[in-house]
Amino acid sequence: MNKLNFLQPDKNNFYTYLYTGVILVALSIFIVFLNSFFNKDIVSFLPGPISFFLPLILGFIGLHLIRIDYSGLRFLDSINKNINTNNFNAFLSLLIVFVVIKSLPPLLSWFIIDANIAGDSKDVCTGSGACWTYIKIWFNRFMYGMYPNPEQWRINLSFIALAFLGCVGFFATEKFKKYLTLYYVVVYPIIAFFFIFFFISGGPIFFDFSYGIIAAVISIILGFFIPSKFKMYYFIIVPITLYILLKYVFFYEELIELGKLEALEWVETGAWGGLSLTFIVSFFCLIFCFPIGLFLSLGRRSDFPIIKYISIGMIEFWRGVPLITVLFMSSVMFPMFLPEDMFIDKLVRVIIAISLFEAAYVAEVIRGGLQALPRGQYDAAKSLGMGYWKMHILVILPQALKLVIPGIANTFLALVKDTPLIFVVGLLEIVGMLNLAKTNPEWLGFAMEGYVFASVLFFIICYAMSKYSYNLEQKYKTER
Amino acid sequence: MSDKIIQITEMNKWFGDFQVLKNINLEVEKNKKIVVCGPSGSGKSTLIRCINRLEEHQQGSIIVDGNELTEDTKDIEKIRAEVGMVFQQFNLFPHLSILDNCTLAPIWVKKMPKKEAEDLALQHLEKVQIADQANKYPGQLSGGQQQRCAIARALCMEPKIMLFDEPTSALDPEMIKEVLDAMVNLAKAGMTMIVVTHEMGFAKEVADEVIFMDEGMIVERAETKEFFANPKSDRTKLFLSQIL
Repeated sequence: MNKLNFLQPDKNNFYTYLYTGVILVALSIFIVFLNSFFNKDIVSFLPGPISFFLPLILGFIGLHLIRIDYSGLRFLDSINKNINTNNFNAFLSLLIVFVVIKSLPPLLSWFIIDANIAGDSKDVCTGSGACWTYIKIWFNRFMYGMYPNPEQWRINLSFIALAFLGCVGFFATEKFKKYLTLYYVVVYPIIAFFFIFFFISGGPIFFDFSYGIIAAVISIILGFFIPSKFKMYYFIIVPITLYILLKYVFFYEELIELGKLEALEWVETGAWGGLSLTFIVSFFCLIFCFPIGLFLSLGRRSDFPIIKYISIGMIEFWRGVPLITVLFMSSVMFPMFLPEDMFIDKLVRVIIAISLFEAAYVAEVIRGGLQALPRGQYDAAKSLGMGYWKMHILVILPQALKLVIPGIANTFLALVKDTPLIFVVGLLEIVGMLNLAKTNPEWLGFAMEGYVFASVLFFIICYAMSKYSYNLEQKYKTER
Repeated sequence: MSDKIIQITEMNKWFGDFQVLKNINLEVEKNKKIVVCGPSGSGKSTLIRCINRLEEHQQGSIIVDGNELTEDTKDIEKIRAEVGMVFQQFNLFPHLSILDNCTLAPIWVKKMPKKEAEDLALQHLEKVQIADQANKYPGQLSGGQQQRCAIARALCMEPKIMLFDEPTSALDPEMIKEVLDAMVNLAKAGMTMIVVTHEMGFAKEVADEVIFMDEGMIVERAETKEFFANPKSDRTKLFLSQIL
């Protein structure tokens, strides 16, 4: 038997070191575990400081003993390689494990064990944990804001329909793949706008929406019988004619007067709110800020002084003011400059304001990508006879945008998390609704639950976005 | 006079205060192969970049195929479509496959139908012997293959003139030959070429005339044999003694 040297464990007496080490580490974790979960200190017979540091000391010695290079056990090797490379790292690893064990019981008890979810009033929340009843009761408000309950199916239906239309890309056949970009960049936002403007907003204007759909369906069906030579004109003229016929000749006045078909109830944008409003605002701001930012970034590099300085002015102005003042101006100052009888909805103003604000950031991110491209790419594109727009659309932007996906994702995430600021103009999306709910006299004192709930929702949204951007990055990665 | 495809008269160019090209006079006839050589910094690259206006000249005139290069961008795009260019750093578009690199300009600039453009591209790729790489991306090819692809890409626009800006300088010695072979074949097919290069072997083999530049001026212009056999100016003699 070789001599044991505890200061320098080696492969001789391998199992002696291994078992001793594992027992010591297990013991140290066990002590902390008992202490944390059952509040029992089994080493309390030792003097104060020693009993306090004992787990750390035991674990440290244990980890030292099992630090044997090339032991042949895969699990042990991976531990040694990852968390136990030297004394200092072993110390840090132990500390982290202890902190996790220590913090688990209070978290568990607050979130689950002592929490309440049954019942439907504040009275059931007697435990020391979270009151999920609060979230349950207010859930509807957190999702839809002040939107009237019987009408909420409109929001659900719109979102489901838009989600479904958004998935079209996955099912598109090879033949239609080339139209996908056009669809997502132009058609889809327009459809989304119509859904939200006519359907969620409602009012008599809803009839326009239904006429539009009827006109579109009829013209598409008729379209199959039209020779392809005339299709171009056909799809411009017929839907519009049908629409006008439907609206002004056949139905409109009579239906309203006779009350045969009740219009969807009009819900003003002030009543919209909750998570659905977060989605609506984020969605449109994302869609608008990207092209505006793109043009600003190109404008900033333009050779024409007017375009160049207008772009620089726009970018520097919007980057230089805080979002909260921009929103405030959009709702308070902006209407003063409008003619008396002109009215632009609060929500629309807010969306425009945020879009312009974020566009300035997007512009600078894209400019970074444009500058990262070597000059040779411009030279090559020019030497093939491409003009400014062809060069940018075919050669420069595809490469530059690919480079700035992480930066754009960054800006978009910031945008989503900036939306709660619209409370300054009286629009209450999810965080706004939380603030409203926590001041309700019947439900005082549950701010914590609300904010945890909102954090989880925001985390899910933002994490999904960041995952998606990472996927995009991987998808478009090419070797340079 | 109609066979003078490039006419440069009294051309001067400055970068800021520094005069890179001094009083350049150059006429190139159709189907001639001109090699431009000289020490680095002598303005060779700038000269041929002026011919398709990647650089602007400040004085004098440049007439390419009967069109004068002026501020009017419409004309410039037309001229650039007729003048192919191959760069030292290849400058392929890394986000497109080799085939797409070659078909991009014919489809979007010349409005050629896609099928036709692809046939044409494969034909040219075949000539430079990389048709089998057509679906790879530039990053997956060797330097020599990339440069040959760049030549094919320029040829797909069916240019009247080809400009080569040190096409072999960024390649390692083994790959230089394959690129030069492609260029020799092109020369034999009767293309008008202006080549900036240090490859004197190539100059001897295909060039009709050699131009020697130094400090922004054309020092000497002579028939190839004449140029190498008995150069006139001392500067040329010095250059040739160092390079050969």
